[in-house]
Amino acid sequence: MELVYALVIGALTASGVYLLLRARTFPVVMGLTLLSYGVNLFLFSSGRLSTGQQPIIGSTTAYSDPLPQALVLTAIVIGFAMTAFVVVLSLRNLADNNDDHVDGARPESATRGKQDEEVSDK
Amino acid sequence: MSLPLVVLLPFLGAIAAPLFAQGGRTAIAIASSVPALIALAALFPHWETLSTGGTVVQSWEWLPAIGIAFSFRLDGLSLLFALLILIIGVLIILYARYYLKPTENVGKFYALLLCFKGSMLGIVLSGNLLLMLIFWELTSLTSFLLISFWNHKQDARRGARMALAVTGGGGLALLAGILIIGRIVGSYELDDVLAAGDLIKAHAMYPVALTLVLLGAFTKSAQFPFHFWLPHAMQAPTPVSAYLHSATMVKAGIFLMARLYPALAGTELWFYMVSFTGMATLLIGAYVAMFKHDLKGLLAHSTVSHLGLITLLFGMGTELAAVAAVFHVINHATFKASLFMAAGIIDHETGTRDMRRINGLWRYMPHTATLAMVAASSMAGVPLLNGFLSKEMFFAESLQLNLPGIWAWIPPIVATLAGIFAVAYSARFIHDVFFNGKPVNLPIYPPHEPPRYMKFPVEILVFACIMVGMFPAISVGPLLYSAAHATLGGAVPDYQLAVIHGFNLPLMMSIAAFVGGLIMYSQRQRFFNFHARFKEIDEKAVFEAVVSRFVNLSNRFTATLENGSLQRYAMLLVVSVIAVAAMPLINLGVFVGGNGLSPVDWPTAIAAGVLILCAFGTAAAHRERFTALVLLSVVGLIVALAFARFSAPDLAMTQLSVEVVTVVLLMLALYYMPSWTPLESSGARRFRDISLSLAAGVGMTLVTLAMLTQPFTSISDFFLENSKPGGGGTNVVNVILVDFRGFDTLGEIAVLAIAALGIYAMLKNTALTPPPGDGQGHPWTRDAHPLMLKQIARPMLPLALMISAYIFLRGHNLPGGGFIAGLITSVALVLQYIASGMVWTQDRIGFKYHNMIGLGLLFATIAGAGSLAFGYPFLTSTFDYISWPVVGKFEVASALVFDLGVYLTVIGATLLALVSIGRLSPHSAIKSPREKS
Repeated sequence: MELVYALVIGALTASGVYLLLRARTFPVVMGLTLLSYGVNLFLFSSGRLSTGQQPIIGSTTAYSDPLPQALVLTAIVIGFAMTAFVVVLSLRNLADNNDDHVDGARPESATRGKQDEEVSDK
Repeated sequence: MSLPLVVLLPFLGAIAAPLFAQGGRTAIAIASSVPALIALAALFPHWETLSTGGTVVQSWEWLPAIGIAFSFRLDGLSLLFALLILIIGVLIILYARYYLKPTENVGKFYALLLCFKGSMLGIVLSGNLLLMLIFWELTSLTSFLLISFWNHKQDARRGARMALAVTGGGGLALLAGILIIGRIVGSYELDDVLAAGDLIKAHAMYPVALTLVLLGAFTKSAQFPFHFWLPHAMQAPTPVSAYLHSATMVKAGIFLMARLYPALAGTELWFYMVSFTGMATLLIGAYVAMFKHDLKGLLAHSTVSHLGLITLLFGMGTELAAVAAVFHVINHATFKASLFMAAGIIDHETGTRDMRRINGLWRYMPHTATLAMVAASSMAGVPLLNGFLSKEMFFAESLQLNLPGIWAWIPPIVATLAGIFAVAYSARFIHDVFFNGKPVNLPIYPPHEPPRYMKFPVEILVFACIMVGMFPAISVGPLLYSAAHATLGGAVPDYQLAVIHGFNLPLMMSIAAFVGGLIMYSQRQRFFNFHARFKEIDEKAVFEAVVSRFVNLSNRFTATLENGSLQRYAMLLVVSVIAVAAMPLINLGVFVGGNGLSPVDWPTAIAAGVLILCAFGTAAAHRERFTALVLLSVVGLIVALAFARFSAPDLAMTQLSVEVVTVVLLMLALYYMPSWTPLESSGARRFRDISLSLAAGVGMTLVTLAMLTQPFTSISDFFLENSKPGGGGTNVVNVILVDFRGFDTLGEIAVLAIAALGIYAMLKNTALTPPPGDGQGHPWTRDAHPLMLKQIARPMLPLALMISAYIFLRGHNLPGGGFIAGLITSVALVLQYIASGMVWTQDRIGFKYHNMIGLGLLFATIAGAGSLAFGYPFLTSTFDYISWPVVGKFEVASALVFDLGVYLTVIGATLLALVSIGRLSPHSAIKSPREKS
């Protein structure tokens, strides 16, 4: 079981990292989502895998570790907030540069200084 | 307490002084003098200890782990320097009062001057080498600001930058040298270091340490080949030059050599490095000074030369030479500060410093001329003035060096030659400026005497020159004795402070220097012609070229590393993470720990297989964005199932509802974005990325496997045991969230709120026009809000709200709680937006999500703060059981209020984010009126 679980996390990480390295914003956002699935599963499993031992007092005899669960619960919600933020960042990029490349409209470094000036002028 | 007070007072004064700037220059000058006067009074009581060779140490612990103590130490040497800094400092403050124009930023000037003074005092009074280094760097910084005080001038900025680069670089070398010394001695305390001279000199690292320390001293004291910064620093206002470049800043390097004399001097290495550097500086400075037409340029090069002289004396290594060096420090400070001030007066009154134009000023300003002539004579070494005394000692010492054969002739010849140059440039200063015909084309004509009190500081210093020159034993004897005692670290040799020692070889050298110098000056035109034949090296151009080469180099380096591409950064990040994690992972060796593997059941294995396929599918199909998104949502659902499978019902419910919101969010984003990704990466690039991601995936697999099979102990038993008796709930996860770790949760919902507000702010006033169709040429459906969906969605809302209320209330005991209930409510509301449109829904909701977020945070904080009112720590919860009719016994915990805050914040944040994106499209606003009708 542990091996299967570890393979799942590995697959999530690998595809997440691959998408993270893409040039367009939307695949990067999907990559981040996959990565956060992997990370959440990983953190959750630090309490070890157990079956039918939900940490509700009185429902069973042995309980799984509730602490990682509590941490992951908030991590899921915050992960959503982060995804939403990154999505909006990419939408703003699209609106400002009319392009969804991760480097903005003009990735070549020669024009970067100029671009910065324009931004600060605003 | 008095020593740190002396150092800190000027800094306090620097804060206070600008407040007096409103009151005019006189007010601020008086206010700026106060710290120095108090400091002098604070030093006075220590004189009794110091005059007999004692030291005063006042020490406080600061960072004992790395050997820095807040420790101050006063002995004869530091007293001498402190007096120079304080007394000349007060005179400079008075002088600057008249020098600066009322329109200038006098507040800034005095504040900087006081900061500099405090830093200098810190150097000379520090009892700990590292503390001294801090002040050392402070003088570099403050002098940078002072030199560039007229920062509208390019030359001033460049000169300041050059000074900072050279002295700051030397400071780094000094730091390294001090660290080595500290390592050898085992302490940075000055007392320990001075006592460990033999240990240091015998150590293998001594040559390195000595070279580094001397680099620091030579750069600061403008020794060859680092002397070039000093003449360029003359772009500073003249009070700054008079203070920094005669009496203080450049003497810091000299002070360092004197201070560490017992610890470092007396070896052959010291002798060769210090004396030859000093000799070269002495000659070069004196030679160049002769040919400078700028008044301050002449003085600057003469300063370089005199600093070389003092360095040479320290380098000689004899005790008498060290005494002469300390003596010359005093003498040079007095006559050079007064000469700089006189030059400033001349500049002030004539508008130029070019000696080819200012001639014959004797007729216009006889008072100033007299003062300047006395000081210049002292610089030349005329008898009965203080410069003569130390120069005689220098000549005498140059004859005493035990060098083999012909080499023994070199020091006296160099000394006499430098003396000739000194007489010649001093004669030029006197004759060119005050006599030699009439002024030529002065910007301010006719020049006249400056204000009365502008001359006062010069008078004081010139008076000191004469007093020391005529009555050395009375005027300066005790101070010199105590300083020499401290420098040598014990026994002081016999020396005589007499005006004249009889007709001996040094006197002959003086006479030769005089005659030679006057002849040289009278034949100056020939020398000028001779000198003009050589191409002058423009140090500034060389320096700028070197600097710009370094800048180009680092720009290229930065450009290679940071090319503005996020892809590159992400790649570097992944590579570094893999590299950092690889080593311990490889060292681990065995990946299946003591607990072994548990059996796999088929349903789980199939679900895991689907998840893996869908995850890879998302990556493979990412160019078809919609397909990839569908696969991604499958992954999310199976993750939710995994939580349920492994005994985490709360997580499963959270993941499920978040999944819905996430997919809606991504669909919304996709509406505005291109629906497919162009092929941009080359095959090699994709191969590289696949390799990297596989490495990351394999790494994570191994880490997870190793972790899962390790036996472990958890702190969770505490939570399991105390959840019911302490928190009043049986759902331990929820009790942890709202009670045990409530503070964390409060922080987390705050993050959620900030993210949502950030999204709102980022999209406000942004318009995005979605593409007309889905990218394959199909237009969007005209029926934006289908009737069926509308009819089903509306009755869903009350049902969903009821369920979320139930989930919320039971959360403390059964799976549920604020987070999950908030997400369920959000999903229900989002459904209304999807079904009925933005405006329709917004009209009926009737409140703003910003307010909801605020309310939620307020509830959570109040619930936490409520316990403070009962004398418990923040977020202590309490609970009780009440009986409701029908429902029966029911538990009410104060944590419920906290959870309500969580609930509201989650709804507000989720919907604010989604609604902000939904509102982007111009269509959402246009369509809805039609919707309403």
